[in-house]
Amino acid sequence: MNELSASSRITYRAVMVRPSVARRVRGLSDKTLAWLFITPTIVLLLAINIFPLLWTIYLSFTNYRANRANVPTIWLGADWYQSILTDPDIWAAMQVTAHFVIWTVVIETVLGFGLAYLIDKKFRGHGMWTTIILLPMMLSPAVVGNFWTFLYQPQIGLFNYVVAFFTGRAASSFQMLGDVTLSPWAIVIVDAWMWTPYVMLICLAGLRSIPDYIYEAAEVDRASKWRQFWSITLPMALPFIMLAVLFRGIENFKMFDMVNLLTGGGPGSTTEVASITLKRAAFESWRTGYSSAFAIILFVTVFGLANIYVKALNRVKSR
Amino acid sequence: MTSATTAHSVVEPSATTRRFAGSLVVLYAVITMIPLVWIMLTAFKSPDDAISYPPKVLFRPSLEGFCNLFTTRSRQTPEFIRSLGPPQGMCDSIARDRNMVVAGPSNYVPRFINSLIIAFGSTVLAVALGTLSAYGFSRFRVPLKDDLLFFILSTRMMPPIAVAIPIYLMYRTIGLSDTRLGMILLYTSVNVSLAVWLLKGFIDEIPREYEEAAMIDGYTRFQAFVKVVLPQATTGIAATAIFCLIFAWNEYAFAVLLTSGNAQTAPPFIPIIIGEGGQDWPAVAAGTTLFLVPIVVFTVLLRKHLLRGITFGAVRK
Repeated sequence: MNELSASSRITYRAVMVRPSVARRVRGLSDKTLAWLFITPTIVLLLAINIFPLLWTIYLSFTNYRANRANVPTIWLGADWYQSILTDPDIWAAMQVTAHFVIWTVVIETVLGFGLAYLIDKKFRGHGMWTTIILLPMMLSPAVVGNFWTFLYQPQIGLFNYVVAFFTGRAASSFQMLGDVTLSPWAIVIVDAWMWTPYVMLICLAGLRSIPDYIYEAAEVDRASKWRQFWSITLPMALPFIMLAVLFRGIENFKMFDMVNLLTGGGPGSTTEVASITLKRAAFESWRTGYSSAFAIILFVTVFGLANIYVKALNRVKSR
Repeated sequence: MTSATTAHSVVEPSATTRRFAGSLVVLYAVITMIPLVWIMLTAFKSPDDAISYPPKVLFRPSLEGFCNLFTTRSRQTPEFIRSLGPPQGMCDSIARDRNMVVAGPSNYVPRFINSLIIAFGSTVLAVALGTLSAYGFSRFRVPLKDDLLFFILSTRMMPPIAVAIPIYLMYRTIGLSDTRLGMILLYTSVNVSLAVWLLKGFIDEIPREYEEAAMIDGYTRFQAFVKVVLPQATTGIAATAIFCLIFAWNEYAFAVLLTSGNAQTAPPFIPIIIGEGGQDWPAVAAGTTLFLVPIVVFTVLLRKHLLRGITFGAVRK
């Protein structure tokens, strides 16, 4: 608000101002107040996010082990980085992560967009059913993921029973969590179950943002429904779909809790996504320096990929 | 956007389309609900019913799962049990049918209380800090504003395990490991980024003219913030608080790595509820059910704000 209009309004209102209020000093300046308001948050983030990150960077260049604090710390330079980037186990973990991220994102996007498209038809009771569909994503992935190990039990689990019922195979003939080929899909199924509603919600916002008059114009031009979908609905919802893909991609790249409880990375290391490898290195074999280097590599990867993706997203948006 | 004309608009889906879309969505919703319903059913099954094949949909409800959740039991000889007096309470008599006696309370209640304290404590802190910062970012010219806001958001891109390593070392040095205060500070730092982004969106929508009018009436900027802006932002603050609460309530990675007993919350505890010979599924299901109920209630309350909350306000409905 500029000075001029403010002061003219003050003169105008001066008559109405109560004396006690008028005598009060103007208090802290806006600039002081701005810093008073913002500093605590920044300090907290510096203390609990940035300082640890810097510490991790430092540790990643040393031989430090958290369980042997008395051993003198030696500066190793980029040794860990080199050994991680050439370690076949790490690349195996990255492949598992990639399989998990790509398939969950694809399945969640297709199902989520499909559901949003159907819900946008505004059938009776769509509000209530939407809320019901949203439930899984609000629940604790760890606690619910743990329960899925029960559903996946080969002898008694509901999942195996249902699959056996529809396919005619014996329920105990396959193990979702114990089988090398099935377990990567077991975690994909649970993640898709939990997070499809998330993609659905963002897509729904996208579909609702398309104004009706565009469809009306298309109807006037006698464009078929099929054509309308490909030329209006999909392009206009695309920035939203891409945003959902971004959020799910980042989250699943970091995925830890659900997978840790469902398979713990097993059998062997077939479901060992990057976060599980990191946890095993950091908190089971206590290779702190090594795991710090891996953590930095992961962070840079997420950050880099996310930035490239956001650039692409902005290009689509501005189109 | 919806005007009277849309009712007759050519773009309205036909009744058949609607019914078809509706039935597909309902089908999905029903399938997706099965695991949740199964958790609740299992909570009320006896251990034998829980592991029967084929899975039982109809069964005699039993509270054994809840008893096993809240108590620890020890196996005794029938002679010893007969030598005791009459069973104390329902759980004791259920345990005696299985040749056991109730030995004491389990850790579920302390873990649940930890969850409550840590979730509410970090939510209050995060929302308080977030409201102040959001107001600062919304109303004042802050140098490097966009960079600071992006910095706040980027702290969420770090994998929790990556942060957990140095936090573990830092907390060990300053004596915060396995304390509620340590967990509250940690969850606050994670939640504050969400709170700033969400609340900035809510506060941006409050017209500046309200505060300016109040300041012309003699309020200081701070008084205007407290007496004019805060009451206007109540809905936004409440919605943000519930999102922070849900995150802190559900969090597992930090909890399992940084707490072991004292400050352990329910998510790392529930998966390790074991009975004789493996996991005690009715007890796990009972613990899970009790743990999920508050979130289900919040989700229903929150449905209008959901989109904003889960996307940091990046998408507005």
